[in-house]
Amino acid sequence: MDTFAQLVILTLAAGTPLVFAALGELVTEKSGVLNLGVEGMMLVGAVVAFMVAATSGSPWLGILAGMGAGAATSLIFGAITLSLLANQVATGLALSLFGIGLSAFVGLDFVSVVIAGITPLSIGGLSDLPVVGQLVFGHNPLVYLSFALFALVQWFLYRSRGGLVLRAVGESPQSAHAIGYPVIAIRYAAVLFGGACAGLAGAYLSVAYTPLWVEGMVAGRGWIALALVVFATWKPWRVLAGAYLFGGVTLAQFQVQALGVAIPSQYLSMLPYLATIVVLAMISRDAVAIRLNAPASLGRPFHPAA
Amino acid sequence: MIRLEARPEPSRTFKWASPLIAVTATVAIGFALFPAMGKNPFDAFHAFFVKPLDSLYGVGELLLKASPLMMIATGLAAGYRANVWNIGAEGQLTLGAIAGGGVALALHGVDSPLVLPLMMAAGVAGGVAWAAIPAWLRTRFNANEILTSLMLVYVATLTLSLLVHDAWRDPEGFNFPQSKLFSESAILPNMLEATRLHWGFLLALAVVAAGWVFMQMSYVGYQMRVAGLAPAAAHYAGISAPRTVWLGMLIGGGCAGLAGVGEIAGPIGQLQPSVSPGYGFAAIIVAFVGRLHPVGIVFASLLMSLLYLGGESAQLNLALPSAVTGLFQGTLLFFLLAADVFIHYRLRGAKRVTRAAVAASDPARKMSGV
Repeated sequence: MDTFAQLVILTLAAGTPLVFAALGELVTEKSGVLNLGVEGMMLVGAVVAFMVAATSGSPWLGILAGMGAGAATSLIFGAITLSLLANQVATGLALSLFGIGLSAFVGLDFVSVVIAGITPLSIGGLSDLPVVGQLVFGHNPLVYLSFALFALVQWFLYRSRGGLVLRAVGESPQSAHAIGYPVIAIRYAAVLFGGACAGLAGAYLSVAYTPLWVEGMVAGRGWIALALVVFATWKPWRVLAGAYLFGGVTLAQFQVQALGVAIPSQYLSMLPYLATIVVLAMISRDAVAIRLNAPASLGRPFHPAA
Repeated sequence: MIRLEARPEPSRTFKWASPLIAVTATVAIGFALFPAMGKNPFDAFHAFFVKPLDSLYGVGELLLKASPLMMIATGLAAGYRANVWNIGAEGQLTLGAIAGGGVALALHGVDSPLVLPLMMAAGVAGGVAWAAIPAWLRTRFNANEILTSLMLVYVATLTLSLLVHDAWRDPEGFNFPQSKLFSESAILPNMLEATRLHWGFLLALAVVAAGWVFMQMSYVGYQMRVAGLAPAAAHYAGISAPRTVWLGMLIGGGCAGLAGVGEIAGPIGQLQPSVSPGYGFAAIIVAFVGRLHPVGIVFASLLMSLLYLGGESAQLNLALPSAVTGLFQGTLLFFLLAADVFIHYRLRGAKRVTRAAVAASDPARKMSGV
């Protein structure tokens, strides 16, 4: 196969979980809610998707179950922060710790199970076309789904009435409440959407990308997705660009090893985390741009009477 | 319809009742959950909370595991009270273990009472250095310390893995990724016969006491509390925000680094790819459950340590996976955060609001006749 096409395919495949998770978190944050539990929701999504795929034999059913599981875990976060007005940072951390524990616990019997995952498309004839065939038709079906999700989020946020209301809630919940919008309900919806997307990201990892279940397999991608939202200054297209950038960095470790360069694997495994730190510092440096782009009420609880 | 109504003043009762509510609710969830896993809930309760403590050895283990938790939580609490969110204590612990372990290996065979103090100093320095990175990134580049400190956990773990797989691997260790066993002089002496409890426990208590004196009695501690409670007032009073960040991060890092030395110079006795079963993360829960207060932190660390022991005991006695510990830790924190709402709010059954009542309570509307 053409090496260039191969590289593009692998980069997109590695970046896709970040696209799902970061787009979901972007929508949540646009409503003014900061959910730091992405890592936990991804793990719960991954383990549930894998369990359902393994027992039912249908990977697609697994994907759906993973989305549902991610949304269900985000509901716990929503109940505690939106209805009970708890601190969003602490609750998000709790959600991540809870998700790590829960997924390790329920997934124990599935650690060495083998499943038939979702494999890249192969459309007879079309995928065999030189260069273009692989580039356009050779991806995993979920990669196309991530493109669709991007288009949906972009359209919803900036071209639909619902997106305008969502952004208004994130900028000034008091004003939105005064006009008569149900702030808490809208925030619940945004949190659930973020949870479903994180679940989908996890499901992609366990059912399509690897496909297997290992304790803690999300390996910090949830936190990287959170950093990506800041990196993207809350703009969907920049989330997409950032996700593929990080996909490429993740890939470097396999590429370098394949080339036979004698460098301990740990150095290369550090790369995505170090890259996140560097990129975050570079973007955050411009405090004005961050303040202008971040939803004004991000992280603050809303109580109608207050 | 029940709604939340803001209390005129935070409830002190609920501030301390809330952890008890959370513990009770977590145990209740356990009771409901164990039958679902096919276990008798009373047997499970016994295995989880009673069995680990029915011997002197067990009590020693309880205090042994509580030591790093209370040490780290004390350091983190100083930061959290100042609104500095260091969640990378696990990485700072690992760096402390690397630095302290490096000293132990460099002085291998040296029989001097100075080895342990040197290891501790190196461990604190390692933790402080690791915490200094997010502090610098936050003060210099405005980068969110939650994300950077967490990313550094992965980097620290990989660094330790690199060292024990390569440079520091025991040549006579049959290729296992671990260092030489430390010399006797690099091991914390035992404190209580027939247990594994070592003097690190007293060190942990000393750290908690020092933390209390610093936060409650010192001027700098007072400034940090003000910066956490009222950032605008702190700014107006001339309290330096960058200094608050630096102090909040470095204190947490130093405590975590010291806890790392306590582990490798205590129960482990060498460097391994993993030197902590997530103490750095569990300590976050300890800090919150302990209300960011030293006395609370001591009790919360004992509880969290019991959850670790209970998980191991449930694995031995009930064939339950020890991962159940993490599940309970997370559940406990959820209940705590949920119960905390009653510190600032109380429940009110809303009266039916009638038009007349609205008009009566609102003179402007009454006058305009709406």
